[in-house]
Amino acid sequence: MIEILIIGTNQPIMETVKRLIDRDGKWFATIAFSYQEACELCLEKDFSLALFGGGLTGEEEKELQTYFSQVKPKLPIVKHYGGGSGLLYAEIYQAIG
Amino acid sequence: MAQTVLHRADTRGVADHGWLKSFQSFSFSGYYNPERINFGALRVLNDDIVTGGKGFGEHPHDNMEIISIPLEGELTHKDSMGNVATIKAGEIQLMSAGTGIYHSEYNLDPSKPAKFLQIWLFPNKRNVEPRYDQIILNNDDVRNQFVQVLSPNQDDEGVWIYQDAWFNLGKFDENITTNYNLHQKGNGVYVFLLKGKIKINGQVLDNRDGFGIWDTETFEITTLADSELLLMEVPMTF
Repeated sequence: MIEILIIGTNQPIMETVKRLIDRDGKWFATIAFSYQEACELCLEKDFSLALFGGGLTGEEEKELQTYFSQVKPKLPIVKHYGGGSGLLYAEIYQAIG
Repeated sequence: MAQTVLHRADTRGVADHGWLKSFQSFSFSGYYNPERINFGALRVLNDDIVTGGKGFGEHPHDNMEIISIPLEGELTHKDSMGNVATIKAGEIQLMSAGTGIYHSEYNLDPSKPAKFLQIWLFPNKRNVEPRYDQIILNNDDVRNQFVQVLSPNQDDEGVWIYQDAWFNLGKFDENITTNYNLHQKGNGVYVFLLKGKIKINGQVLDNRDGFGIWDTETFEITTLADSELLLMEVPMTF
């Protein structure tokens, strides 16, 4: 099972993204609704990918990238564009193959 | 020297969901081709046909500029900002998804399909307040010149978006040569031939072919038949 951390503040969108990721069967998504929660979850689980959604400030995104690069330097980070997005799977494949 | 990429119509991804047939120039949903992810800030170009009485149920987006150009039939739009509108050929619709938006698009006419282009661009600014716009293009009688339908500027022709992009539509007679001058250094143009036959940079395009050109300030288009085309100028890095 490939663990994917999804980060964003819009609860319905995050839940839709999680549902779409989990549907694949090979992937499992964990939601972080804030910068702080993302930092904590990153230490608890061995994620293969972090997906940045909407709602984080530009500064929070930069700080998270810096933090992840320090504690999980091999963790790929990509942006996603909402749960209805036809892009979700392509972005994941691009990041983790 | 100009660089180019050619995407023949029959090499696009195809999704057939019964109610929706979608021809995808770039990787989308179940179509994944690592060689076809984007053209600069242009991430999605779907050539969609929605069966009468069917449509896209409510679903979310964030941080994407989403443009719809109807070609035939009508789509009825509803979104989480309270907008309810019908769009049809001769109009253009824009959604800046920003911090998040839900919307649905239905073809409420059971008697005929709705055909439209669905185009997504990466924005140059994330987490903006979501925004919806729709305008009538008034380009029916314009021939042999381009009509700007989208730009980054609020006071310019067409809808405006959060990206340094310019879209132009044009209907041309056979044997017309015209030049397109790019607005901004570092931009490229993705040409999508809606109908006809044209020649660009020595390359002949047929119906629904796509052709990207960049590292140039201008290029020439010659029509080899009556033709309709869409030019999408977008930043190549963003």
